[in-house]
Amino acid sequence: MNVLLDNFALFRHGFIGTVVLTAVSAVLSLVLGTLVAACRVSPVPPLRIFGTVWVTLLRNTPLTLLFMIAVFVAPQILFPGISYFTLAVSALGCYTSAFVCEALRSGVNSVPLGQAEAARSLGMTFSQTLRLIVLPQATRTVIPPIGSLMIALTKNSAIAGSFNVAELFAQQKRLSEIGYNILEIFVWIALAYLVITFAISALFRLLEHRLAVAR
Amino acid sequence: MSDSPVSPAPARSERTVPPSGDPLVVLDRVNKHFGALHVLQDIDLTVARGEVVVVIGPSGSGKSTLCRTINRLETIDSGSITIDGRPLPAEGRELARLRADVGMVFQSFNLFAHKTVLENVTLGQTKVRKITREKAEQTARTLLDRVGVGGQADKYPAQLSGGQQQRVAIARALAMDPKLMLFDEPTSALDPEMINEVLEVMRQLARDGMTMVVVTHEMGFARSAANRVVFMADGRIVEEAAPDQFFSNPRSDRAKDFLSKILHH
Repeated sequence: MNVLLDNFALFRHGFIGTVVLTAVSAVLSLVLGTLVAACRVSPVPPLRIFGTVWVTLLRNTPLTLLFMIAVFVAPQILFPGISYFTLAVSALGCYTSAFVCEALRSGVNSVPLGQAEAARSLGMTFSQTLRLIVLPQATRTVIPPIGSLMIALTKNSAIAGSFNVAELFAQQKRLSEIGYNILEIFVWIALAYLVITFAISALFRLLEHRLAVAR
Repeated sequence: MSDSPVSPAPARSERTVPPSGDPLVVLDRVNKHFGALHVLQDIDLTVARGEVVVVIGPSGSGKSTLCRTINRLETIDSGSITIDGRPLPAEGRELARLRADVGMVFQSFNLFAHKTVLENVTLGQTKVRKITREKAEQTARTLLDRVGVGGQADKYPAQLSGGQQQRVAIARALAMDPKLMLFDEPTSALDPEMINEVLEVMRQLARDGMTMVVVTHEMGFARSAANRVVFMADGRIVEEAAPDQFFSNPRSDRAKDFLSKILHH
């Protein structure tokens, strides 16, 4: 008997779950990461402190612990009745945003200071300088590390399976309970993850070529 | 010092618009430290509207820092700087508005690497001055023609020579219709054969009556285009004089020493 073909619906359900979970968390982490990076390089001290605290707290906490806080603590005090999917996206997105922020910050630092000085000399505000001049030039430098972060995010999303979210890795438990060979299950699941991560690699390689800036 | 000039008397100033004497930039007892280094020491300097002031001096004398304090790219520790009667505001929108009126040209050009030449010259107009794209492009093309790089409008900065890049940088600053132009060693990063094309644009600007503060090592430019030469050494203004007087008959020993090193070799 073939695990994949016999349980294709289950695999597909898990696969789509992982793709959606990864995609939504990725968008959240990129948006949050950019905002927090803007805070960290801003001239306003309270914003810089906020950025540093955000990165320090989220980057240094195990993801499983963040999931536990998101799933068991957050609904109790803050958002009762919120779905497991939303909680998982918050945990994954916030966690990854700390790393995205640091990748973006290294990209910002790679843009020569003179670019920002020229923009400010023209009368651009801090946010215009960052948005129009610095971040577009930082993007190319940060594409490779952010690609790696998105791949790590895909694999980290497996933790959500333990917290009642339907995704790829969680299907493993159900299938082995039915009695399939565990090795065979793992091979198919690993291949499914490879499909997603290879697609992400290809996307980021394409972006890297598109965003080349001549200097 | 003997009455005979060190070198032949320079040609009369080419400027056709005389400075009005109405002060545009006033620095009053400005001090700045970089750590233990006292880079600017009690600097007093007034630049009149329409005046071209050339700042010269040995490396590390604080002349670039002086230039950069005028649009607050460098902050000062004490003293005051006023532009057109208004003191320099703290970082924020107010300062951004003031910077839009002060053009700055850098040693390393600093053209936006991800934008075309034309976009470099329109960006400030559309995003800061809120001028429409069509009008901004029209102004940009006129200015690019004026500095002699009209044919390069659609290229990226990296595709241009240093001299062309610096002329685009001048056009970018002029596009904001500034009251004052600051030049921080505009020709120091250029190959010798490209220096003149940039200096010629600056001379033309001076003839048109632009108020300019120019930090440079180009003594020929100082002689021909300046109304006043300011000589700096060790963070102080050592001597201020008309170019003819400064080059032919410097008063301070420090200036004599500096000029003997650069003019006799």
